[in-house]
Amino acid sequence: MINIFNYIDRPSPIHRLTGATKLVCLLLWSFAAMLTYDTRMLTALPVLSFLMFYISRIKLKDVSFMLGFTAVFMVLNNVLVFAFSPQHGVELYGTRHVLFSLGGNYVVTKEQLFYHLNLVLKYLSTIPIVLLFVCTTNPSEFAASLNRIGVKYTVAYSVALALRYIPDIQREYHDISQAQQARGIEMSRKQSLSKRLKSASAILIPLILSSMDRIETISNAMELRGFGKNKRRTWYMGRKFSKLDILAMAFCALLLVISLSLNVINGSRFWNPFI
Amino acid sequence: MKKSPVRTIVAIGIGAALFFVLGRFVAIPSPVPNTNISVQYGLLAFMAAIYGPVAGALIGLIGHALIDFSYGWGVWWSWVIASGVFGVIIGLVASKLQLADGIFGKADAVKFNVFQVVGHIVAWALVAPVLDIVIYSEPANKVFVQGLVGGVANLVTTAIVGTLLCVAYAAAKPKKGSLKEEE
Repeated sequence: MINIFNYIDRPSPIHRLTGATKLVCLLLWSFAAMLTYDTRMLTALPVLSFLMFYISRIKLKDVSFMLGFTAVFMVLNNVLVFAFSPQHGVELYGTRHVLFSLGGNYVVTKEQLFYHLNLVLKYLSTIPIVLLFVCTTNPSEFAASLNRIGVKYTVAYSVALALRYIPDIQREYHDISQAQQARGIEMSRKQSLSKRLKSASAILIPLILSSMDRIETISNAMELRGFGKNKRRTWYMGRKFSKLDILAMAFCALLLVISLSLNVINGSRFWNPFI
Repeated sequence: MKKSPVRTIVAIGIGAALFFVLGRFVAIPSPVPNTNISVQYGLLAFMAAIYGPVAGALIGLIGHALIDFSYGWGVWWSWVIASGVFGVIIGLVASKLQLADGIFGKADAVKFNVFQVVGHIVAWALVAPVLDIVIYSEPANKVFVQGLVGGVANLVTTAIVGTLLCVAYAAAKPKKGSLKEEE
């Protein structure tokens, strides 16, 4: 079975961090990147994340497929933003330096280009770090770490169950789909849309009804073992924090503080070089 | 039927796994190039109609976040939260239906669809674009158009797939009082 979550086991300090630390760091980092539009901060974050990639020994070719996806998404989103709102930068930055005109409302301004630069930097500050998290965190440890950061263990267990049953359901979907195709259903572009939806149902209904039975079986087994009786539970994959963990979390907390204080210093979320 | 909390936890886990598999691997090509129809919202609506708003919210949140994680393009929080909101709203219909007892008539189908339409409108035409503006500071008209297009597509698939699932599930369940004592 292909490993969809793409966990790559390599000996590195980032791999040695506990899952809980990485999750906390991911959240702090994401907030730091989400809250600001300060170009200096948004330049520093991608540089830092590429440095982390180097430390984690994850090679570019390990993630090139996903990076390709991201690049397409990023270009598409930028094109859409420009198509819908070519003067968005002017509104945000309050000044207007015209470079050249493409006709009609489509006047290219310095402000607009600067806004697009910020948008691209924003993707570069949030996306590689998620990729790094996915590549360096063992999925089984993920649920344990959710519980560690204060998510109720019943919810953390739901996540663990989801991760555990994804491959099973994937296999079952494949089996049912093959069986139904052998009986003549067609889901490709050759069919009309309503036919396609109908044939999708021929796969979905057996898949989902059998999953409903699965829910009964699993929950009965868990209840028999007394799941949910106590307020706390222990995790096989849970680990204690080390010095490195605390250091990493402190660093990411610092990033968030910098990002917040930049917003206060700039007086808004944007760093404006035009005034 | 009394539902145990454990059953809801398992339903969330399996529901999120199904949501993930359907969203990630089940691609029904749509007439618009490069866009696939997302059948997973039909499933989410169906699961939420049985297990209620909490399960709906968590299936939406966990399933959508896992899909985003697995693509590696970063978790698009605004849309993940919108999926959760849709789960909550459609989950509110659960107390008005008796799917677990195998009852799903025409009036129930109408109720189910009213809730799912409201849910989709609130999630994609309100929550997702507003969060896109707040978090990513994107132009308003772009995100509202994106939200509306996505929302309408999801609404139509939920109406077809979700309703079909409810009908099939109700038909497979033994009806309440379907057994009579021999006289």
